[in-house]
Amino acid sequence: MTFFSHLRKAAIATAFVLGATAVHAEEQYFPLQSYRVGPYAAGGTGFFGGFIDYLNLINIRDGGVNGVKLAWSEGETQYEVEKGVEVYERLKSNPGIAAWNPLSVGIAYAMIDRITDDKVPLITINHGRTDTTDGRVFPYVFPLLLNPYSETSGIVNYIASKEGGLDKLKGKNIVVLYHGSPYGKETIPIYELLSQKYGFELSQIEVPHPGNEQQAQWLTIRREHPDYVVLRGWGVMNPVALKTAQKRGFPADHIIGNVWSNSEEDVIPAGDAAKGYTAITTQASGERYPVVQEIVKTVYGDGKGNLEDKSRIGSVYHNLGIVNGILNVEAVRIAQAKFGNRTLTGDEVRWGFEHLKLDPARVEALGAKDLFHSINVSWDNHEGDGYVTFQQWDGKKWNVVSDWIAPDWKLLRPIIEKSSEAYAKEKGIKIRTAEDADAVVSN
Amino acid sequence: MAVQALDAARLPVDWAKLVQKLALATALFVVAYGVVPAYASGYLVEAILLPFLALSLAAVGLNLLTGYCGQLSLGSSAFMAVGAFGAYNFNLRVEGLPLAVTMILAGISAAGFGVVFGLPSLRLRGFYLAVSTLAAQFFVQWALTKFGWFSNDNPSGVISAPHLAVAGLSLDSATGRYLLSVTTVMVLTALVWRLVNSATGRNFIAVRDNETAARVIGVPVLRTKLLAFAISSFIIGIAGVLWAFTYLRTVEPAGFNLDRSFQILFIILIGGLASIRGAFLGAAFIVVLPLFLSRLGAFLFGGLFDSGVLDMSQRIVLGALIIIFLIAEPSGLSALFDRLKRRIGSRSS
Repeated sequence: MTFFSHLRKAAIATAFVLGATAVHAEEQYFPLQSYRVGPYAAGGTGFFGGFIDYLNLINIRDGGVNGVKLAWSEGETQYEVEKGVEVYERLKSNPGIAAWNPLSVGIAYAMIDRITDDKVPLITINHGRTDTTDGRVFPYVFPLLLNPYSETSGIVNYIASKEGGLDKLKGKNIVVLYHGSPYGKETIPIYELLSQKYGFELSQIEVPHPGNEQQAQWLTIRREHPDYVVLRGWGVMNPVALKTAQKRGFPADHIIGNVWSNSEEDVIPAGDAAKGYTAITTQASGERYPVVQEIVKTVYGDGKGNLEDKSRIGSVYHNLGIVNGILNVEAVRIAQAKFGNRTLTGDEVRWGFEHLKLDPARVEALGAKDLFHSINVSWDNHEGDGYVTFQQWDGKKWNVVSDWIAPDWKLLRPIIEKSSEAYAKEKGIKIRTAEDADAVVSN
Repeated sequence: MAVQALDAARLPVDWAKLVQKLALATALFVVAYGVVPAYASGYLVEAILLPFLALSLAAVGLNLLTGYCGQLSLGSSAFMAVGAFGAYNFNLRVEGLPLAVTMILAGISAAGFGVVFGLPSLRLRGFYLAVSTLAAQFFVQWALTKFGWFSNDNPSGVISAPHLAVAGLSLDSATGRYLLSVTTVMVLTALVWRLVNSATGRNFIAVRDNETAARVIGVPVLRTKLLAFAISSFIIGIAGVLWAFTYLRTVEPAGFNLDRSFQILFIILIGGLASIRGAFLGAAFIVVLPLFLSRLGAFLFGGLFDSGVLDMSQRIVLGALIIIFLIAEPSGLSALFDRLKRRIGSRSS
């Protein structure tokens, strides 16, 4: 090796470090703001693992979406807003970006202005800012399947069904234990509203991030003597809550977990304390669904699987990643049907998301029957009427204990519109019409 | 430091040095207002320069209090939060308030807070004072979370930056926000530089070096300490406005947590106490080095390990670097810089 060959290597290295790698002409690119370390690594590795596994499946099995290969790269955020913004700025120069999927409410909030300027969709599946459901005000943000208000409504409806009807909620006492973050606080007003509407007593207690110390909160809960505790947790907060509840003698089968407290990683560390614990979900867990089977066969068989620990295949987060993959890929496919089988612009993919309609028959054709129910996104409803179900932990696995339940969308829509219209006013945003939604920027 | 300042006042003007300084200042202006807006990529501005500028300013503010006046504080990020939420509310509730006035009012709110939480400094010193400034940290975060009014009743407690404009000129673009940020930082840094070279600045240093002696020679110790808290919090508050309005544009109270206070304290420790330049060097170290390491790591080993392993090893490297560096030069980057300059100077002459 001469000095100059070293120098050239160094120059190439610098060029790579500074610049983005070139993407092939017909490729659709997914920038992934993932998190594989830090207190929320379990969620991050499972979700992004499932997402990448599905993208790989499409590439290996179908050669991409109608011949357009899927590409992606990752940047570590540790669930921190500043790091998420840094990764966003770093990856956004890549060509052919389909959509952003940060899986963090904090990062998503910080990106709303930015992606609206860029005209690229921002997907916050099962979480996010609730009023972004209103596509009239937030053209590029999609809280797909389940926004936090729908989740709340689903949980209250489920508790009511256990008690024998919504009228039986009167006089019941419900405690909501929430994560001290924008994500955790998102549902405070809607629980208040439902408590007034149905006449149950309510107290909402915050657990500061990350939540590995909850003695004080559970002491308060014991004094309250609630009928149910809703666990609106995230990461390490969940097993700690279950264990502390056991110590304080609160029965696990009266704790209802929300959609980010419903994974194997939340219950396994709690051991026995989690037996009987019930949680809401939009996608069932397990490996029996054809699409999961194909991923095992094709992707893991090829040695390209993303999960290091194979026993996590089919876990709640992994399956959520797969469902997220299905929704992203199908949005691209739907947009391709209109704009042509080529690399699409962010705005074209946005149009695809706004026409993302997968009925149960189409979901079955995709190999995801019973994995998730259906979705029906439109230009002004960016959530898409996702259905929920409830699963109970038996100490080894989750068992589905309810049918697919519809949240009370009619009740929630006016509240969402009030909030989004206030936002539009504060920010000086013009409210979009159906015609505006059909105007697409193609270059 | 005090002796140096006094000497400088007595010495005849050194023209060569003055010309050198002027040239340096001109170069800085050309880079800040010419080269960066014209050539810097969006990534450089949004992900590196904007956080660097905001944290530098916060470090300048804390350095005034800790480095010059000797009062240890762990409340910096609380003062940033007061500045950020203050600016948001002034802007929201007073129609047509110019941006500069909003920022100054936000700074004054933070200064008021600083004085209140600086009161214990009249009785407490060192680590005990640091612990009492922790109260500011917890109180502010609690109040901002507890009372929805501060975030205009946003359900998540998140505020987002308003439209930024000066004299009808929109500053919402990356370059616009950069210009706002760099101008604010320059003006405030210049003011701080004037201050530390004035009689008040010498009072700060006298209080730091020996409180009893300062009292004996007639320095009003109580007033000096509270003044240091007020000015320092004013600057940190405005740094908070820059952080919220020009860099992240959406912030939550939890974004201003204890970690951020520590970060700013580490910036001045690594950069060098009682040195304005040190604040900038330290901020560069804390903001840029982790990014550089992560990019380098991803490039060299990206194919071999997943991003989680890389991130962990990057933390180890960063920690090791800080330890090695502080052993080699305990007075911070600023002192290292001086040593380098002297060595180059002695070689060339």
